[in-house]
Amino acid sequence: MRLALVHTRYQLLETVRVPIAVVGSAFFPTVSMLFFVVPFSGDDPVAATYATASMVTFAVMSTNIFQYGIGVAEDRAQPWDPYLRTLPAGPAPRFAGRITAGLTMTLLSLIPVVVVAAVATEARVSAPAFLAALGTVVVVAVPFTLMGLAIGYALPSKAATVVAQVVFFPLAFGGGLLFPPDSSPGFITAIAPYLPTRGAVELMWAAVGDFRINPTSLVMLGVWVVVLAAVAGWAYRRDEGRRFH
Amino acid sequence: MIVARAIQATRRYGEVTALDRVDLDLHAGELVGLLGPNGAGKSTLLNLLVGLRRVSSGRVELFGGDPRNPVYRRRIGVTPQETGLPPTLRVGEVIDFVSAHYPDPMPRAELLDRFGLADLARRQTGGLSGGQKRRLAVALAFVGRPQLVFLDEPTTGLDVTARRELWEAIRQFHAEGGTVLLTSHYLEEIEELAQRVVVLGRGRVLADDTVGAIRDLSRVRRVSLVAPDLPDLPGVRGVERVDGVTRLLTTDSDQFVRDLVRSGVAFSDLEIRPTSLEDAFLALTTAEPTTAEPAVAGATTTAETTTAEPADA
Repeated sequence: MRLALVHTRYQLLETVRVPIAVVGSAFFPTVSMLFFVVPFSGDDPVAATYATASMVTFAVMSTNIFQYGIGVAEDRAQPWDPYLRTLPAGPAPRFAGRITAGLTMTLLSLIPVVVVAAVATEARVSAPAFLAALGTVVVVAVPFTLMGLAIGYALPSKAATVVAQVVFFPLAFGGGLLFPPDSSPGFITAIAPYLPTRGAVELMWAAVGDFRINPTSLVMLGVWVVVLAAVAGWAYRRDEGRRFH
Repeated sequence: MIVARAIQATRRYGEVTALDRVDLDLHAGELVGLLGPNGAGKSTLLNLLVGLRRVSSGRVELFGGDPRNPVYRRRIGVTPQETGLPPTLRVGEVIDFVSAHYPDPMPRAELLDRFGLADLARRQTGGLSGGQKRRLAVALAFVGRPQLVFLDEPTTGLDVTARRELWEAIRQFHAEGGTVLLTSHYLEEIEELAQRVVVLGRGRVLADDTVGAIRDLSRVRRVSLVAPDLPDLPGVRGVERVDGVTRLLTTDSDQFVRDLVRSGVAFSDLEIRPTSLEDAFLALTTAEPTTAEPAVAGATTTAETTTAEPADA
């Protein structure tokens, strides 16, 4: 436990020392807030609140896909990683540290989105809804953390960077994150429930407003979690097998 | 007390056998040098002993247990061949981070002082010179007050002064009762530090002896002569024939000449040249020994071997 905190601290320290990495993950959702949400639905409290929830989901997704997908792949390429395995600790503290640091970075990346929403739009949430949304962030971080880990452990760092970039936008778009809850274009309405982003964003919408979750989206989110956990687990063990058998 | 051991340890990477039934006992307080050309299996043996890799067959032990179990790694320290430090962390932070894994680490200031890093504590490791990084990587092996350290080519990339300082630190650790297993390309380094030398070649232990005995390799001479057929003579190694010229290595060229003359073989163009220790060592590790006897000096073999290029030298 103490060691997991030590690992968390140093993971965060490494991230914070490259400030652009911190800025980067919050950049796209924040810019989307400023360009799309503020001018088009900023005056409508309900629409602005849903749009903010969408952007929060977007930020959670992109932060986790990038920080784990690229971060893990890069770490695997460094000799420091095998060195740490010679220290008298199992893989658990490092893994726990990585996840805790990842969650911290996720929450940090949400701050600008929430600030823009509060200052420049009519989006409003009650205190209980805010807490519910905070809890939902942790829940929806799970599938995207697993996705990032799967990418990071399965691919070399250059490939991981490309895949992370290729994957995140279609997921956001296809899941209907860039549209109001009930007015996505037809083809998106058709595919969205089968993407993990949809279940995630619907949970967020339900947390901050009066939104009825589509059971298909939720079931598919569960399926995604199971599948991504299996892929991430497989990639992790395969990586161990390749390098540490 | 045996602190680390390999018992018929074999490690294969796909088709390639990197380590082939290696036996090694490391006793407390020893300073052992592991010598061999690139690709001989030195790093693989080290990786097995520190729990980074698993044996394909055979067994490795650390303080009587499985090195893959973290508990048995509490009393060791490791410097891997490649340095790789997190570039954004400061020297002091890296030391504190590694310290946190050990029950009774050496205070940061003492470690910095021992390895001449005191002025660098506040620097990010990404900004250090290659030699400074290497010194830090070696220092990290000693953070946990280990009883046994594994140093994989510790002084690679260091200038003469830095190398001597590092040797001094290693000697000090050994003088305080520490056990050291270090690999090196530099024969000078092994001679300077080690009491016992294990020579690896193509994944096998070719010799396991005192520094003195291995130093006798320096008495090896390269002989070339033209002779129709060479009789079996003692102390001859690495025989090869190229364009009618026979070349061989012998550990005692005087005795070789006496034996050659006594054998009555017609020969001409006899040349005897000294070899460097490195040459002798490479020739002996690449020329597959035909006897099961691993001892290098004085081994008898008459087999003709075509001298292949060193695997990866």
